[in-house]
Amino acid sequence: MKKAVFHRPKQALSLRLIVFILASIFLIIADHRLDYLRIVRTHLLGLVYPIQYLVNLPIKTGQWLSVTASNRFLLIEEIDKLRAEKQLLQVTLQKFDALKNENERLRRLLGSPLKVGERVQMAEVLAVELEHSRRKITINKGKNDGVIVNQAVIDGHGVMGQVIHVGLFSSTVMLITDPEHELPVQVVRTGLRTIAKGIGAVNRLSLLGISNTGLNTGIKVGDLIVTSGAGEKFPKDYPVGTVIDVTPDIGQPFASVQALPRAVLERNSEVLLVW
Amino acid sequence: MSLDRHHGGWVIVLSFVFSFMLAILPMPAWASAWRPDWVAMILIYWCLALPLRVGVATAWFVGIIHDVLNDTLLGQHALGFVLIAYLAVKFHQQLRLFPVWQQAIGVFGMVALNQLLGIWIQSIFGYSEMRDSFIFPAFSSLLLWPWFFLILGDIQRKYKVV
Repeated sequence: MKKAVFHRPKQALSLRLIVFILASIFLIIADHRLDYLRIVRTHLLGLVYPIQYLVNLPIKTGQWLSVTASNRFLLIEEIDKLRAEKQLLQVTLQKFDALKNENERLRRLLGSPLKVGERVQMAEVLAVELEHSRRKITINKGKNDGVIVNQAVIDGHGVMGQVIHVGLFSSTVMLITDPEHELPVQVVRTGLRTIAKGIGAVNRLSLLGISNTGLNTGIKVGDLIVTSGAGEKFPKDYPVGTVIDVTPDIGQPFASVQALPRAVLERNSEVLLVW
Repeated sequence: MSLDRHHGGWVIVLSFVFSFMLAILPMPAWASAWRPDWVAMILIYWCLALPLRVGVATAWFVGIIHDVLNDTLLGQHALGFVLIAYLAVKFHQQLRLFPVWQQAIGVFGMVALNQLLGIWIQSIFGYSEMRDSFIFPAFSSLLLWPWFFLILGDIQRKYKVV
């Protein structure tokens, strides 16, 4: 018995090599082109969640310890500060409610319905790293919490990105700064529509397709850009970023325009999922 | 392949789990570029030590898990790992006889092959550009291999993994 195993013919190894190489190539193409593998990935992500959880655990424990050990007076001070901030926000919200009602009434008069009351859920960013050339994060909410592919992810300041892979207990989010990500946006001041594309840098967006002519009337440094709602993946009118550089490029049909994302992309520990 | 000849399968599984954890541990960007290919190193070790237990098939499954954890195309790491396992198993007798620094050069070659393949696949599908930094993990794996080999050898003897 032992001998038979040891003298396994050489071809067996080469044969297995070829089978598994073909299987890999098939998987790569299928994963790139088709959606069939989405379910497979969901379950595999569920399977590896314990590993992600274990990596995340010491970091979260450290945070918990630092909160537990922090000074009582500092905490009281912070609560006071938060209370004041809450008061301020409530005052602003009152005005917002009035505006919302008025807006709804006007929309009704115009006969164009507006989607209001989006559902929001908080998720935690897991301290795990993905392939380092891309800008992606992992969050601790998945299929079991109702997360779906292409769902928008925001923080308190602006749009962060969208869910690209859903696992049972965790999901992968592609940030708007990822080189693969394109987001339909609009300049608030002039209504100019464009696409905000990530360039892989931590804190830069490139605005595409803005022609050199008429730069002055359409867009300038300091302009706020918001989601335009085109493509229907992102809800309309969430802030995306601020224009920081407009350079006409006469060698190209389009100007080079850069923006700074509003959302705190790389330092967040909590994010919001929007339905 | 009767079960009574094999011992300590849990050590192999745990070593892979540990390498997965090291592979996704958050690190600053510069250190991340130099992160050794832990999973490939564990794979090479077991392929050399137990070529009848750990081989192409194990490499493929490990690669798929690695792809899911890293959010790369399913099959990308699997392909690289399958090639690594094939080379390691095929030449395990020669590699075992080499002094450890010569082994390390072999490890360098296999990790570099895996990295190159990954970048190659990604650029075919338009996901990323060719970068010079792909070779960094191969260098750090080369430098760490002698210690890695000694430590895993001790673990294997202690838990009698055969």
